[in-house]
Amino acid sequence: MAYSDTRRRMFAESIDAIKEKGLYKEKRFIWSPQDAEIEVEYPEGAPHEKVLNFCANNYLGLSSHPDVIKAAHDGLEERGYGMSSVRFICGTQDIHRELQDKVSVFLGMEDTLLFPSCMDANAGVFEAVLEPEDVIIADRLIHASLVDGIRLCSAEYDTFKHMDMKHLRKKLELHQDKRHRLIVTDGVFSMDGDLCPLDEMCDLAEEYDAMVLVDESHASGFIGKTGRGTHEHFGLMDRIDLITTTFGKALGGASGGCVSGRKELVELCRQKARPYLFSNSLSPMIVAATIRVIDILSKTTERRDKLEENTKYFREEITKAGLSVREGVTPIVPVMLYNAKLANDMSRDMYAEGIYVIGFFFPVVPAGAARIRVQLSAAHEKEHIDKCVAAFKKVGEKYGILGLDKKGIVEKYGM
Amino acid sequence: MDEIRDVVLEYVIDEYVEEDEMEVTYDTPLISSGLVDSFSMVSLKAFLEKRYGISIPDADATPEAFDTVNSIVGIVEKHTD
Repeated sequence: MAYSDTRRRMFAESIDAIKEKGLYKEKRFIWSPQDAEIEVEYPEGAPHEKVLNFCANNYLGLSSHPDVIKAAHDGLEERGYGMSSVRFICGTQDIHRELQDKVSVFLGMEDTLLFPSCMDANAGVFEAVLEPEDVIIADRLIHASLVDGIRLCSAEYDTFKHMDMKHLRKKLELHQDKRHRLIVTDGVFSMDGDLCPLDEMCDLAEEYDAMVLVDESHASGFIGKTGRGTHEHFGLMDRIDLITTTFGKALGGASGGCVSGRKELVELCRQKARPYLFSNSLSPMIVAATIRVIDILSKTTERRDKLEENTKYFREEITKAGLSVREGVTPIVPVMLYNAKLANDMSRDMYAEGIYVIGFFFPVVPAGAARIRVQLSAAHEKEHIDKCVAAFKKVGEKYGILGLDKKGIVEKYGM
Repeated sequence: MDEIRDVVLEYVIDEYVEEDEMEVTYDTPLISSGLVDSFSMVSLKAFLEKRYGISIPDADATPEAFDTVNSIVGIVEKHTD
């Protein structure tokens, strides 16, 4: 037998090694639509619990919005379930073009190309656009999918310290001999919730003749006065060369992503990006629902305004409660615990209090920077946030960390 | 060897260590401790190759081999011989 007992044991040992390192991902099952309140089976086989969800990327609460669901139904009825084709053979409907055009207008870019996910967009964009005589200069904390895409590309690459513009300048100087320089960053970093200083970055790009690519997955729909993203927040609507983003978070939450940007760069993706060329077209119902999402967000800022209010309220209340949080303005709020076991134990206790949040630790975040990441949503009401803060206060009290800063928590629990 | 060691240590501190982070010595684990990730390691490899006029094959540029200043010096010496 090709899959022998020896081979089976070897793979099982690899899984055991993951468990020993504390990196094993437990199964968690949700028995309800995605929302502020969900019904969870965790651990597997346990009775279902109704809990408040503070760990989804459902920033605008559109994942189960009735208008979005109806648009998906309409898309399903009018254009069918699947395309059974890649885009360039017979997988492009009128609505795929319509969504691309709407995304271009929404983001203020020249052209847009849909991908099955933003992971795919990031995997394909670099190889399609750059050659070995070019260089990519990336922030060290960019999303893993950008790292993978950069590694798949024949261009040279280098990195700079997280959001350190002095270091970026040094790297731009170092690589002046290259044909094209492409600076790569996240608009909002998913683990710290910090905003990239895109204004300074664009000034450096101009000074050193570089292009800028921003992954806006944790920004599209809600950062900036009308939710266009980090470039709107900094008043840079015409200075970004490439944006990659997802429809799987604020913009409906199903799946799909895109590359949006200068028309020649997008066209190169259309001709050469392998995840675009070799994977299936986005399902018509997702396309139809995402069009509705863009229409909703283009008409009113009500949802991003509510998210902004919720974020402000939570950040104020959690700080008052004595927890240590990374300062910022985004709905990603890391409650810093520094110690991995403490983050794990506290997230489990939070679940027992009816609050669904997850602890993150090395290697997902740097060693000694363990935290519970809280994500706010426009679907949260004030009472949800109050309950979450009260639970943090109760659990924080149990572990004796209220009012302690980094030094205090590390002295008590280590890093 | 001492000169290479000091050059590498200076580069590592300048390139990777944030101001408020720990002190780095010749034996401080860089990659296994999370101070340097494998994605960022590329700049160190490029620096060594340029500075010492060597080419480090990918097979030698492993996270283990780049884990301390002392082990990095070993790689440089191996390829300058």
